[in-house]
Amino acid sequence: MASVTFDKATRLYPGGTRPAVDQMNLDIADGEFLVLVGPSGCGKSTTLRMLAGLEDVNEGRILIGDRDVTDVAPKDRDIAMVFQNYALYPHMTVAENMGFALKIAGVNKDERAQRVLEAAKILDLEPYLSRKPKALSGGQRQRVAMGRAIVRNPQVFLMDEPLSNLDAKLRVQTRTQIASLQRRLGVTTVYVTHDQVEAMTMGDRVAVLKDGLLQQVDTPRNLYERPSNVFVAGFIGSPAMNLLQLPIVDGGVAFGDTVIKVERTVLAKTNSTKVTVGIRPESLDVTTGKGLDVSLDVVEELGADGFAYGTATIDGVATEIVSRVHGTEHPHAGDKVKLAVGEGIIHLFDVESGARLN
Amino acid sequence: MEITAATVEPALLDLPWHLPLEDWPSENIAALPKGLSRHTVRFAHLSDYVIAIKETLPELALREYEMLKNLGKIDVPCVEPFAIINGRTDASGEPLLSVLITRHLKFSLPYRAMWSQGLRQETATRLVDALALLLVRLHIAGFFWGDVSLSNTLFRRDAGRFAAYLVDAETGHLYDKGLSNGQRENDLEIARVNIAGELMDLVASGNAAPGVDPVAVSERIVTAYRELWTELTGVQIIGPDERWKISQRVKRLNDLGFDIEELAITSGGAGREVKIQPKVVDAGHHSRRLLLLTGLDVEENQARRLLNDLDQYRVEHERPGADEEVLAHEWLSHSFEPVILAIPRDMMGKLEQAEVYHQVLEHRWYMSEEAGQDVPVAKAVQDYIVNVLAKRRDEEALIMPNQTDEFTLPTPIPTGTITVIDDDEVDWRDLV
Repeated sequence: MASVTFDKATRLYPGGTRPAVDQMNLDIADGEFLVLVGPSGCGKSTTLRMLAGLEDVNEGRILIGDRDVTDVAPKDRDIAMVFQNYALYPHMTVAENMGFALKIAGVNKDERAQRVLEAAKILDLEPYLSRKPKALSGGQRQRVAMGRAIVRNPQVFLMDEPLSNLDAKLRVQTRTQIASLQRRLGVTTVYVTHDQVEAMTMGDRVAVLKDGLLQQVDTPRNLYERPSNVFVAGFIGSPAMNLLQLPIVDGGVAFGDTVIKVERTVLAKTNSTKVTVGIRPESLDVTTGKGLDVSLDVVEELGADGFAYGTATIDGVATEIVSRVHGTEHPHAGDKVKLAVGEGIIHLFDVESGARLN
Repeated sequence: MEITAATVEPALLDLPWHLPLEDWPSENIAALPKGLSRHTVRFAHLSDYVIAIKETLPELALREYEMLKNLGKIDVPCVEPFAIINGRTDASGEPLLSVLITRHLKFSLPYRAMWSQGLRQETATRLVDALALLLVRLHIAGFFWGDVSLSNTLFRRDAGRFAAYLVDAETGHLYDKGLSNGQRENDLEIARVNIAGELMDLVASGNAAPGVDPVAVSERIVTAYRELWTELTGVQIIGPDERWKISQRVKRLNDLGFDIEELAITSGGAGREVKIQPKVVDAGHHSRRLLLLTGLDVEENQARRLLNDLDQYRVEHERPGADEEVLAHEWLSHSFEPVILAIPRDMMGKLEQAEVYHQVLEHRWYMSEEAGQDVPVAKAVQDYIVNVLAKRRDEEALIMPNQTDEFTLPTPIPTGTITVIDDDEVDWRDLV
């Protein structure tokens, strides 16, 4: 096991003008589960492939533990790409399926048996070691495939969208299995996904990327509660945070016929007359008092709660807005309501730079 | 249900798409041998050919369909995508997986069905050589495979060697700027481990001849690949009086079956040395030449063999006014076609025509050696038909009497009661 360090690591594709990964600085602690997330083309897979040795690093370094692996061949980096389409061999036992790569690598028999047994215990496969794969359930087979990676005792596990070929239900199940397995093994893991829900539920920390640049790396909770810029604010959370450009007025920002109070020192950080205000759907309540006029387009019932999607006119511009509502007692599509800011954190961002102000 | 297909084939609609592939009735299924797969893959008859059907997720089916189309366009040997079907539902309206359909490659064999008496070491080695060549070609084209294995490859006989075709492109990516060394090394490592695993499994199943060494064979992919890669892409420094080495390099690549489309020549220090490096190479040197001369479209080594025979014919029949094309045409009608026409119709499905011709030439050579004199072709053909061809199985679309163990690694399903049906109880410690 080891830490992983990206030290100003840059990947510029031949003929490209903008790096796919730009000056990446990232320290991943020993045993940590770090998720790289971002939209398509953000550089998350390139980052993982740089660590795997599949992409050249044009500038900067990558370290595993204290070892500079920037120019080391993939197979000599002591990493394992998990879920890499492992086939199971039908005529070989579960133990053989898990241990054959060690045999090729010249690991002696006692050591092989020992490592296979340890992995089997972790994967709850010990009773099945002398069985053939066909006698196993689908889930057990998948664990055997994982066992193949585990017995190698790699320093780091790498996973590139491992759940992308599963349907939605299995994705949730396997997500939990992987996260709990990683915690039991305690092996440093770097995991790539485009799905922010996956990222938030699995990672110890999540690194959000956009256009090859690291936007923020933090715990899921901090990403949700203190996004460092407007991109992270909009990317993390489902439904996404409302990001409204509101005029600065005396004492705060104007929200319909009311004012959201904001400290003067915070607003002093921007030169603009407006500010981007981020309000999560759960922080907006339907009110009979003062607030923002919203005309509701759709109300989505999800059981215990629901989401009301509507349109407000802010500064003459039609703006979409979503708020969480009660599961059964809620207004309906077509209704005109007022929304007020209830409990929760109000996020303020500079309209120009997108940087967090509060 | 929604079908996306390259060609319109109404018979496609008659297949039982409302059933999961596992439940298709046997009348629809062609029992062809196949490799190990994570997905359910089955073969079916469609009009007068066979198709391979793979159940998968819609986005994966589309991705692989497009990928195979692109690989076909850049002339990489791979199976031909035929259609994708999305939105399947069963009788009660429950959704079923999408399918990707490819055409079955005629006369192709998966490695597990290569030798009915069990795979021999030398056959395994030749399969790996073919796979190494395929991998080099894919890498030159900028394709990272991600799951190189014997199971994901189909093989055609090629005059004593094999020609390899990519079957599964699910994990692959095409990079238009080419691959990094790391990507190539990773593919090689995946290949090495997968080949060893596949051969160990074959040994465990009793389908390998004694003496097959999975580890040694798997290591061969690395050496064979590196040799080829160096020959095809390596920089060579040539001294001022060694210019002949340029044509020597070109000839060596031709012998390996490649044409150089572009060669970079840079002069080094003080104009005395030059560096040469092939920039664009194109496989199929012999098959292209044979196609131009005769219209025969065959594998590379078959073409090499046929061209040797054609060249010999030219030497024997050279005369004023008869240029290469004329003599090639004569060879086709006087040498090649009579042999093919002599093959009884019911044996045509056993081997490809070019392979038959190659084998007849070989057979004739052995017969002549034994007889101590030249045996006429007509006699050799008849002897070959009776003593060799008649005893072969059909390989056009090989039907297996005992179908190779099919095995799929499905996506995980909730673990319920586990039925353990293993009969050969052994201590696993003896096996790892």
